[in-house]
Amino acid sequence: MKDTCNTSINHYRRKSLPGRGLSRRNFFKYMGAGIATYFVWTDYLASESLSRLSETGMPAAPDTLSSWIHVSATGAITVFTGKVEVGQNIRTSLTQVVAEELFVPISAISLIMGDTARTPYDRGTYGSLTTPQMAPILRKAAASLREILLQEARKEWKLGEVELKLEKGSVKHPTNGKQLGYGSLANAKQLLLPMNENVRTIDPTKWTVAGTSVEKINGVDFVRGKHRYVSDMVVPDMLYGKVLRPPAYGAKLIRANVDAAATIPGVRVVQQGDFIGVVAKNSRTAAMALATVEAEWERSPQVAGAALFDHLKRTGEPGNAVPSEITAAYESASLKLEQEFKIDYIAHVPLEPRAGLARWKDGSLEVWTGTQRPFGVQEELERAFSIPKEKIRVYMPDTGSGYGGKHTGEAGIEAAILAKAVGKPVKVTWTREEEFKWAYFRPAGLIQVRAAVDGSRLSSWEFHNYNSGGAGINSPYLGATKYEQYHRSDSPLRQGSYRALASTANIFAMESTINDLAQMVRADPMEFRLKNLQDERLKSVIKTAGQAFDWNREKPASNHGFGMACGAVKGGFVATFAEVAVDPNTRELRVISAVTAFECGAILNPRHLESQVTGCVLQGLGGALFEAIEFDEGNVSNAFLSSYRVPRFKDIPQTKVLLVNRKDLPSSGAGEASIVCIAPAIRNAIDDAVGVKLYRLPMVPSGRVPNA
Amino acid sequence: MKINVNATEYTVDVQGNPSLLEVLREQLDLTGTKYGCGEAACGACKVLVNGTPTPACITPVTSVQGKRIRTIEGLDADGRLHPVQEAFLEEDVFQCGYCAPGMIMTAVALVESKKSLDEQELLDGMNGNICRCCTYPAILNALKKLTQNTTKA
Ligand code: FES
Ligand code: FES
Repeated sequence: MKDTCNTSINHYRRKSLPGRGLSRRNFFKYMGAGIATYFVWTDYLASESLSRLSETGMPAAPDTLSSWIHVSATGAITVFTGKVEVGQNIRTSLTQVVAEELFVPISAISLIMGDTARTPYDRGTYGSLTTPQMAPILRKAAASLREILLQEARKEWKLGEVELKLEKGSVKHPTNGKQLGYGSLANAKQLLLPMNENVRTIDPTKWTVAGTSVEKINGVDFVRGKHRYVSDMVVPDMLYGKVLRPPAYGAKLIRANVDAAATIPGVRVVQQGDFIGVVAKNSRTAAMALATVEAEWERSPQVAGAALFDHLKRTGEPGNAVPSEITAAYESASLKLEQEFKIDYIAHVPLEPRAGLARWKDGSLEVWTGTQRPFGVQEELERAFSIPKEKIRVYMPDTGSGYGGKHTGEAGIEAAILAKAVGKPVKVTWTREEEFKWAYFRPAGLIQVRAAVDGSRLSSWEFHNYNSGGAGINSPYLGATKYEQYHRSDSPLRQGSYRALASTANIFAMESTINDLAQMVRADPMEFRLKNLQDERLKSVIKTAGQAFDWNREKPASNHGFGMACGAVKGGFVATFAEVAVDPNTRELRVISAVTAFECGAILNPRHLESQVTGCVLQGLGGALFEAIEFDEGNVSNAFLSSYRVPRFKDIPQTKVLLVNRKDLPSSGAGEASIVCIAPAIRNAIDDAVGVKLYRLPMVPSGRVPNA
Repeated sequence: MKINVNATEYTVDVQGNPSLLEVLREQLDLTGTKYGCGEAACGACKVLVNGTPTPACITPVTSVQGKRIRTIEGLDADGRLHPVQEAFLEEDVFQCGYCAPGMIMTAVALVESKKSLDEQELLDGMNGNICRCCTYPAILNALKKLTQNTTKA
């Protein structure tokens, strides 16, 4: 067996490192000579939606470097960020912004991510915050570094404040044709300067590297099967671990007989209270050993699957009283509607299930795990083992995706418990069934709306969301005084973050209702929206998508329907138009096309952005049409890919994505917003085709549209 | 027992009747082939057994004795990427990339089986492979371009 940690990690491991971030004092001891800029993290962009997630934000210690860019004596540029790569290709886009400011090719830069010992503290990679937070900071840090390099060159050449040109990692002399490489400027120096907040960054209209479709960094490793995800990693003497699971939520272990497992050669059983695990030299033996454990469980009463929505309503916080003007406006209106939407739990189903690898040495712990929050996992481990953070190092190699579903570190903790008990490194990889049952879900929700319309304006808007969350709950429509309330409820299943959080649920209900209101006043749904919206960015994506879809065209047949929806989420503006057909005999639904326009400020990488938007729309198709967790009494009954349906090649409609590039606006994240419109667009298209209004996600689990 | 993977003979341990997937990953350290479901439902583990795309997760290793197994690691054995790998790179298809090896092996079998493929044949051939990042349109584009080029050549 060979140690598969990459060599640069081994190189750094020899030096002793402080646990969290790196103090300035140690900087050059650790990095080697060179020139660097740094900035200390202040979490000034943490948005409201994040505090709702109740993450434990930890301020950085005062003398801690929060991120830095370093040029070595060889001219190698290293960027350190606490963000992680889960398939959103931020490794590429962040490298692009640094390359742009420093006039170097992409290949001159390496980005160190997801290593709690080497990168600055970061709350996590979620909420579409990487691009709006990290990109501007790295631009400034890189631009500051550029200014320092220029200053050093001027000193070297004894020049005054003359303007110097940069090219491919060198500074050019203004007159004599000489060049100084960044490496020679950095050689033997130990220059560490803070990022200059006011430094001039390159204007997006002049970008030549940022804003272009640079290919995925290390893309070739992925098509060669060479990239090592955590589930692929191997360290010397490593064993494979498996953990005993209860039969349902809330079940308590009464007793267990592990004798049979313990007699299998090479198997070790680890039992600590309710935790029972086994380790063996391969995963097959570990699984077989686990299967011999006879456990007795006491189950506790759980919510029946059929009672889900009643339960959410019944346990929901009452919230504030609805203002009387809203009720009054509703009561007195003549054109009004009251409707209820139900949103099922769905699973993220990252293609790589959770995996963790742990190794203990002299009381210190190393854990490799695929997580969107390596520092969060470090804290989880700190609590689990009562050892100081400095002794815990969490690595997160680029991972097999998360979609909001990998904020936690279960597999890493399980591996660490087992590794500690057996005194050898242990890897735990979850099965698909474990991932379905013991990770967490996108919340289920119940949404109740009462709305009225007067002429072409909304006159009353009352919106309640039970359980799924407050994200995206605020309607962007003009007119009525609005009342929107998120009611926390007791969730029968473990729930958490998912791409775009509750926006998918809220915008489904909102955009369905807007469609139905437009219908009441016989208005064209697109015109109705444009009339009642103020935000120019939102209107602009509607117009762009509407034009590309050719909204006013003739329908090809009477069983075809057109529908649309729009939404604004986390700095992203999106509109999706859909065409569907419902077979008149079988009632089978076919989604024929989906046209989406998306705008999130200045585009960093058009091809990757298009890929993100396409991926969001198509992933959203699953939750829109057929994905749902089936459960009863605390047990998920469709915890397999053969019974939980996700979108496949044959489900994919003609998909078109139009990107609106606003170079005058800061870039926002792209991994979430565009998931929100596909469901309501299809819902409204089904209504247009056959006059059936659907009020539940997923809409057509059987593939067939019910009769009106 | 001996198995032939990427034109190399390996002696493997068949105690406990492991799957081909377990043997590739844990005994031979050929971790390009991935686990995604364990029930032939996702395609992440697909390898070619005598040229046929086969889910390694449900294939007992004992059943492939005397057969030729090709995995992602064997595609560029001569130091050159396979045209399918080239096409996927060219199109910059992947996000997290976890589905890539299974996708590529399935596509390799498809394009090697027939000179040109129409859209329906591509869909039929690829439908057993899941990409959770939903890069499906880019994958189809890459394969369409490739099968068009193949026809031209
Ligand atoms: S792991 Fe074999 S098909 Fe999914
Ligand atoms: S790229 Fe992530 S599963 Fe395909």
